[in-house]
Amino acid sequence: MQDVETIKPGFPLFNTDEYQEAFARKRVFEEAPPREKLEEVFQWTTTEAYKELNFQREALTINPAKACQPLGAVLCALGFYKTLPYVHGSQGCVAYFRTYFNRHFREPIAAVSDSMTEDAAVFGGQKNMFEGLENSKVMYQPEMIAVSTTCMAEVIGDDLNAFITNAKKDGRVPMDFPTPFAHTPSFVGSHTTGWDNMMEGILRYFTLNSMEGKTVGSNGKINIVAGFETYLGNLRVIKRMLKEMDVDYTFLSDPEEVLDTPTDGEFRMYAGGTTQDELKDAPNAIDTLLLQPWQLPKTKKYIEDTWKQPASSIRIPMGLSWTDDFLMKVSELTGKPIPESLALERGRLLDMMTDSHTWLHGKRFSVYGDPDFVTGMCQFLLELGAEPLHVLCHNANKRWTKDITKLLKDSPYGQEAEVYVGKDLWHLRSLVFSNKPDFLIGNSYGKFIQRDTLHKGKEHEVPLIRIGFPLFDRHHLHRDTTLGYEGAMHMLKTLVNAVMEKLDQDTMTLGETDYAFDLIR
Amino acid sequence: MIRQCAIYGKGGIGKSTTTQNLVAGLAAEGKKVMIVGCDPKADSTRLILHAKAQNTIMQMAADAGTVEDLELDDVLKVGYGGVRCVESGGPEPGVGCAGRGVITAINFLEEEGAYEEELDFVFYDVLGDVVCGGFAMPIRENKAQEIYIVVSGEMMAMYAANNIAKGICKYANSGKVRLAGLICNSRKTDKEAELIGALAERLGTQMIHFVPRDNVVQRAEIRRMTVIEYDPTAKQADEYRELARKIVENKKLVIPTPLTMDELEELLLEFGILDEEDESIVGKTAADEAALAAA
Repeated sequence: MQDVETIKPGFPLFNTDEYQEAFARKRVFEEAPPREKLEEVFQWTTTEAYKELNFQREALTINPAKACQPLGAVLCALGFYKTLPYVHGSQGCVAYFRTYFNRHFREPIAAVSDSMTEDAAVFGGQKNMFEGLENSKVMYQPEMIAVSTTCMAEVIGDDLNAFITNAKKDGRVPMDFPTPFAHTPSFVGSHTTGWDNMMEGILRYFTLNSMEGKTVGSNGKINIVAGFETYLGNLRVIKRMLKEMDVDYTFLSDPEEVLDTPTDGEFRMYAGGTTQDELKDAPNAIDTLLLQPWQLPKTKKYIEDTWKQPASSIRIPMGLSWTDDFLMKVSELTGKPIPESLALERGRLLDMMTDSHTWLHGKRFSVYGDPDFVTGMCQFLLELGAEPLHVLCHNANKRWTKDITKLLKDSPYGQEAEVYVGKDLWHLRSLVFSNKPDFLIGNSYGKFIQRDTLHKGKEHEVPLIRIGFPLFDRHHLHRDTTLGYEGAMHMLKTLVNAVMEKLDQDTMTLGETDYAFDLIR
Repeated sequence: MIRQCAIYGKGGIGKSTTTQNLVAGLAAEGKKVMIVGCDPKADSTRLILHAKAQNTIMQMAADAGTVEDLELDDVLKVGYGGVRCVESGGPEPGVGCAGRGVITAINFLEEEGAYEEELDFVFYDVLGDVVCGGFAMPIRENKAQEIYIVVSGEMMAMYAANNIAKGICKYANSGKVRLAGLICNSRKTDKEAELIGALAERLGTQMIHFVPRDNVVQRAEIRRMTVIEYDPTAKQADEYRELARKIVENKKLVIPTPLTMDELEELLLEFGILDEEDESIVGKTAADEAALAAA
């Protein structure tokens, strides 16, 4: 039993006889199948035959590699000055968004719902919207409320535009109080779709009817749209590079501060973020660069059609050459040269790549995550001479498949790569059993694949390298950087040291394999 | 500027027939029109396409796995007079959510740029009553701004028209959607034109046209054609062309003033559709009445 003097956590406490016996009794009580049977089924799930069956799945998703639309809408809204993300719909959904971000960022997340229940499902959620907007404004003193929806409100067809306008006409919040909105049904698209929808809704709210007098290029700035970005380091590195280039910029949605508040005795519900003035001025910029273009089609269309900016096509600035492209595009748009400091940083990255390439060359990686991340990661792996093996994206489309397939096939290191779209992590599990990569790259959920591959045998184990979202089981990884030269350096360090770590593990047996347990690698 | 119009009205009143004939009338005048059927029955475009039923967006999305895998060309068919036809479709009776089907279909059309083509008119042919938020999708902001209600001199049709007017008010106060008129599709009831004229007046709108009953409509329909196409010389074709002309010229867009139940009943009494209610007989069985008569 737990002893108050020496409190033990679940592990190793549950290993004591007392708990083990309780577990055994529980198995009897639950009529669990015998361990041999479980093992037999487990082994069957690792076979080619099972893989065939697994890929015939039609209706069921197991361990999705994506989340739902309003999650993205909430993150987008968090990036604006004194803005409260407000989700029209059921309460549990919003509790999920908060905990999801809590666990990744280790920060409190301010987001509210208007708690639709059975009666709202029957009569519509207008009453909830009235009270919700009024209460939110009074209680939390935001300067903007950004409204998105859960599935429930979407199924019954609640009309945000009508409800919000009616709430204002009813005097719940002032007519001129900013309430941008986006319909974000989760049965369509993913969290990245929701981010895109919310961004478009916010841009629309602040600029659609005030385009008169706006001139592209007149404020001399570059707008940056980061998309569903969960690395604080990425927001920071883009800003740093632009500063070094002496380029004036506006981040459209910038949650850098609100997702990283200090412990200094003061609770900050809001911190930093894009201001309303910056939003209104955004159409005057030279151009708007979308750092994750695959996930931002609506935002891009709005910027092209309404702001008449080129929304220049770029790739996610990940790895060496796409960071080059990004900086050169900024230079081309602004006329500002790329400074020596960035050239130096580039040289250092290239030096690191050369130092480590013997260890990464030919290593095989299976990558999963959002479309832009996966594309950027593959590009960087190819630059390193590493080989993407399984490339899995749950929330991409056919055009993306074509694009990444071409990217891979154009490189000698991408010849064996297989691209999977709309597949989940249970599919990926089958894939790594039948064609083993050296490593997995993705979010925390991949740890279960690592566990299962280890169970089949040490020689089948595929270690997980944690780069992606969400990262729940390691601390502070969200502070890292994956974009720019700096991000490439960080990822290179992570990748190559994972290789060394694995090699050490494999060669650590005294007198057996330690002939290769080298001090110098 | 595209004019977007939605046609509502009680089930079976002749919305789809009227819409397609009217659209054929517009097309015959050279207008570019799209019909969006918003009814799981998917019978809003058969007369234009000479088809039994068009492949619907929702059916094709279900077959493809997701609506994201559809292309506009898969679902948009061009029929008589270059009229572009789309059916939202929806589930079988008794399951699923037809309202969500309408939302999904219209979102799909917007995203695929169906409204970006050169169009003069879009007509939404919407299922009978506005039973849920989904069937109000066509009248959300930036969609249909003109609502026409198809009605006849029958009591239930007028009840439905009044209810639809109530629904319009919900959206009219926050946006630009307006009631544009009642289309009387005659059932040859007594004093029908006068009655609908009076109802229109009470609702603050107009009876934009009185479409008389004519068997040529059925004869055309058996051939899966509109009257305009089947027999352009028929008198009824003139009626539909007249309706089309009036809609082109229509400027009378109002926020309706729906009637209360009592007011509506009064109106029906006035025209002799409803008999004066005898409160003294409510709840009396035949036996009660026999006893009373004997007393």
